[in-house]
Amino acid sequence: MMHIYMIAAAVFFLFPSSLVADEPGEEQIELGRKVSFDSMKGNCLACHMMPGGEQPGNFGPPLIQMKARFPERSVLRRQIWDATEKNPKSIMPPFGKHGILSEEEVDAVVDYMYAL
Amino acid sequence: MKKISQSRMFLLLLPITMLWSCQTKDYSALVNKDIEEFRAYFTERFPEVELDDFADGVYAIDDNAREQWLAMEDFPPYSIAVEEGQALFENSFSNGKTYTDCFPEGGAVRHNYPYFDEQRNMVVTLEMAINECRSANGEPPLEYKKGDIAKISSYMAYISRGKPVEVKVSSQGAYEAYLKGKEFFYAKRGQLNMSCAGCHMRYSGRRLRSEVISPALGHPVHFPVFRLKWGEIGTLQRRYAGCNRNIGAKPLAIQGEEYRNLEFFQTVMSNGMHFNGPASRK
Repeated sequence: MMHIYMIAAAVFFLFPSSLVADEPGEEQIELGRKVSFDSMKGNCLACHMMPGGEQPGNFGPPLIQMKARFPERSVLRRQIWDATEKNPKSIMPPFGKHGILSEEEVDAVVDYMYAL
Repeated sequence: MKKISQSRMFLLLLPITMLWSCQTKDYSALVNKDIEEFRAYFTERFPEVELDDFADGVYAIDDNAREQWLAMEDFPPYSIAVEEGQALFENSFSNGKTYTDCFPEGGAVRHNYPYFDEQRNMVVTLEMAINECRSANGEPPLEYKKGDIAKISSYMAYISRGKPVEVKVSSQGAYEAYLKGKEFFYAKRGQLNMSCAGCHMRYSGRRLRSEVISPALGHPVHFPVFRLKWGEIGTLQRRYAGCNRNIGAKPLAIQGEEYRNLEFFQTVMSNGMHFNGPASRK
């Protein structure tokens, strides 16, 4: 029994995000929204239709129902981090890999996408 | 035994035959095959657009933008640059000679550029030839990109309107320059990891925010352009540098080897079209 508590505690300290980050706060979503709309950062509207954005581009699909389309959070994060991993011809900039966004900003964008 | 010696003989001769076949490659046939594929991509994507109409860039594929553009053409914003270019072109150098001493046909030679200079083993563009004419006559070179050089180039393009694009690739050196330009066109680069082909082939006609992306076919045919965003006339290679900057790539030297080879490749892809520059663009 003692062992189980110890393992649970170890898991908690090693991977706190897996237990805590399920429900991001409003602040985190707001940060993701800002990064997504910022034309020097995510600039998502250049290519994607997005709720609340005007004159969107149409290179990529609309950013709607993201949770249904990417039930696996890590898959969505990887797509934003480096879309060419899955499709080498993808025109989507590798936001994480090329340092366009920081790790924290990528996380915030994923949280915002999940809220769409 | 006889069989073995025959195959040995073949192996010995193989490098020699390969070398021989390299030297006698039909470069224009190789390039023509590329042109055919490149063109087919756009004619299939935009079946209603005639080949020559691709010279109008985005206005060939977007009716809405075309109407505004045609209205602007009533008083084309590049016309002042053409007039000033003519005056600059006709002005005598301090040694009494003029540009017409360098350029035949009164300067209506836009269609002879770019070309591959076999002696110098490099691509020569019109802007480069303008500056070389100046140096040959003891005048300081003009700054590339914009200003006087773009005006002179505009005037020369204007009096060459309707001349066919016929860039030749007929030597190994020319083919290598062509291949370098082709690689530049298709390779991803910069922080945004984009290629010329990515936007201007695969996403041509799609919208980036509210801007419709122009097809790459015929890009060099209408330059120099008066770009509303610039508020002045500028050269094709100025646009290359701006495009590179936009995708987070280091803009390369104007009239450096990379951009000259890219211009060479792009103009080869436009073979069979007709020069119609200068033009106005958003």
